[in-house]
Amino acid sequence: MITEEIIRNTSQNPNICYQCGKCSAGCPIRNYMDDSPNKIIRYIQLGLYEKALNSDTIWLCAGCLTCSTRCPKEFDLAKFMDALREIALKEGIKVKEKNLLKFHKAFLNQIKKHGRAYELGLVREYKLATGDMMSDVDVAPAMFMKGKIGILPHNIKDRKGMKDIFEKTEVKIK
Amino acid sequence: MKVGVFICHCGENIGRTVDCPKVAEAAGKLPGVVHSVDYKYMCSDPGQNLIKQAIKEKELDAVVVGSCSPHMHEKTFRKAVEGAGINPFLCEIANIREHCSWVHENKDEGTDKSIDLIRYAVEKVKRNEPLTTIRVPITKRAMVIGGGISGIQASLDIANAGYEVVLVEKEPSIGGHMSQLSETFPTLDCSQCILTPRMVEVYQHPKIKLMSFSEVEKVEGFIGNFKVTVRKKARFVDDEKCTGCGDCIQNCPIKKKALSEFDENLTTRTAIYVPFPQAVPNIPVIDSEICTYFKNGKCSMCVKVCGRGAIDFEQKDKLIEEEVGAIIVATGFKLYSIEKKPEDSPIKGYGEYGYGKYKDVIDGLQFERIASASGPTEGEFLRPSDNTVPKKIVFIQCVGSRDEAKGFSYCSKICCMYTAKHAMLYKHKVHDGEAYVFYMDIRAGGKMYEEFVRRAIEEDDVKYIRGRVSKIYEENGKYMVKGEDTIAGVPVTIDADMVVLATAMIPQPESKKLAQTIGIPYDSYGFFNEVHPKLRPVESSTGGVFLAGACQSPRDIPESVSMASAAASKALVLFGSDFLEREPIVAKVNENICAGCFYCKKVCPYNAIEIKEIPSKNGKPVRVVAYVNEGLCQGCGTCNATCPSKSVELTGYTDAQIFAEISAI
Repeated sequence: MITEEIIRNTSQNPNICYQCGKCSAGCPIRNYMDDSPNKIIRYIQLGLYEKALNSDTIWLCAGCLTCSTRCPKEFDLAKFMDALREIALKEGIKVKEKNLLKFHKAFLNQIKKHGRAYELGLVREYKLATGDMMSDVDVAPAMFMKGKIGILPHNIKDRKGMKDIFEKTEVKIK
Repeated sequence: MKVGVFICHCGENIGRTVDCPKVAEAAGKLPGVVHSVDYKYMCSDPGQNLIKQAIKEKELDAVVVGSCSPHMHEKTFRKAVEGAGINPFLCEIANIREHCSWVHENKDEGTDKSIDLIRYAVEKVKRNEPLTTIRVPITKRAMVIGGGISGIQASLDIANAGYEVVLVEKEPSIGGHMSQLSETFPTLDCSQCILTPRMVEVYQHPKIKLMSFSEVEKVEGFIGNFKVTVRKKARFVDDEKCTGCGDCIQNCPIKKKALSEFDENLTTRTAIYVPFPQAVPNIPVIDSEICTYFKNGKCSMCVKVCGRGAIDFEQKDKLIEEEVGAIIVATGFKLYSIEKKPEDSPIKGYGEYGYGKYKDVIDGLQFERIASASGPTEGEFLRPSDNTVPKKIVFIQCVGSRDEAKGFSYCSKICCMYTAKHAMLYKHKVHDGEAYVFYMDIRAGGKMYEEFVRRAIEEDDVKYIRGRVSKIYEENGKYMVKGEDTIAGVPVTIDADMVVLATAMIPQPESKKLAQTIGIPYDSYGFFNEVHPKLRPVESSTGGVFLAGACQSPRDIPESVSMASAAASKALVLFGSDFLEREPIVAKVNENICAGCFYCKKVCPYNAIEIKEIPSKNGKPVRVVAYVNEGLCQGCGTCNATCPSKSVELTGYTDAQIFAEISAI
């Protein structure tokens, strides 16, 4: 069941993975994960969905696409992780990491509103949602100087189109 | 014409769905049929005797057998008919098994259809002409393309059987990749020690004509009768006069402008050079790209020192025509390079391993040169960047191989073994060194292969880590190799002094072009294809062209040698008879009505149509007509269908015969 849903949502077959581990080898946040990224695909191949959906790996994945870029089988693992997150939310599985879901939602809200990431909006929404105003504030000036955080959002032209996509596809969280 | 019809039950195969006695009875009433019977197993001895007897007793002129597919038993029945004194081509098969009983269930319908099939076969056979098999003479001489271990083996086998061989090698020396290797798995015997005697044997063999620094330019003809044009590239050294003393090489002032191909770019070579000291033939070549004489005509040091006057700057490429009966293609492989590739290339480079910018990240063949006693370091393990002994080496398997994203999904087959050998050789010489191998699977199928890999792990303490490496980067003078141990489920980063990549075996870059020149099929990578992967593994689909070694797919030395001997034996089978017998089903031109438009020549897939001049009484050419080369024609009938004036007919399948068949249904 879940395998079919993943195939439908990601248009790729988890069985093509031959478990070489190159995704895990290159993952910048591998050290913070309990399960290595290749293990998540292995769980799905074996039908151990519970293990995959309850793993913090799917939530810690930053979507940086290093794994997808380097995969010798051209398997888009970042996309795969995204599909798993969606299924986990649908199934009402609790996210173990504190505040992670709030960040996830805040990020998606920026895309919904502006059509692309708006870092300042993301920081504002995330901080309001968590109430944690002070952490990581020290890195803000350096990020401003390097142009990593813009003051105003850069909206896309067709914002209504983006909103329509969200309305059609957004998952209702249990 | 008296026709006899014989209906076979094929046990239950036909009998179950077709009422055979009824078919025989109906056939007996067809015009021209004088005899008609059915029998349980017509292909058996008594069945065949039934046919032979009837031919004699009823004085039959032609025979129709209603039985299985002609693929199965046409030969059997034609032979039986011939034994009774009738031309074998006056026997026709009506396929009432595959075309009828096997595909139908209703017995009445099956019986009716069988009668139809018999009726049209009878109509055809009444119009059949007695034919004789075509005999094509065979040139008992072989050409071997590629002078690596496969080509050497095939040449020696054919020559030792007493037939002449022309061995064509594109490089200045024969020996191929095997001459570059240090030791060979799984016995660790020295590669050069076992190879060079064979190279010399080739050179001295009275039956082998060695054409080094030469390439095949054109192939014409067909099995038993090939005409091959070989381009003998200009060496600028007269091979008749040169004694191979090497004075020219020692005195050449251009020492550092070109990298040595033999040493895999780890050293430099002179402008006039032999690839390596044991080269066969030991005759130098001048690299006109870097030679000062070819640039501005100023230097001619080699001319001055050559006591034999062998240097010839005016030498030109020569085209030489060779007539051979068989061709063995043994052009071998090349190693994939991790360098950046052009955007439009189907093959990608390895950016994550540095696109080849790190000096101490080398490939398997470069490591062979470093490990070789005749190599740039004389067998001492020194890394290329600073000539120090690496204390930690990482070997990475499957680089390019089994990597669809880089353009290859196949396994290169030999890397598991040579990586184990590399790690072992290193540990044997650098006792305090550490060797790590990143692998995905260990594929060690072969005699003593698995034991060899286990020895590397158990006795020489080579650390095998299961996982692919994601990135190699430089940090504080070390090469950081970032991987994951997928068995332990832990990330691993190794600070290595040197990295050896087991890169994929790929076909020679010119392989597709050569395949088109010879007319043999190849796969999407450029490896040559065999006719049947199991039962005809060394034959190409073109008659008389055989394949050996790594030009077909990645192979190791024992396998290449076996295949080379197999290919040689296939050529020898061909040379075993004086003539090649072929079925006479070929196209024939009616020269009286051929208009000479040559549409047939354009459509013929086998290049079998030639242009023939028709002379007048005084010998002057009047007009041209098409002529079919019976050796090349495969009887496909394309010319027959194309000809606007209907002047080409396919023997045995003339329009009159086919129309008679159709009208009979």
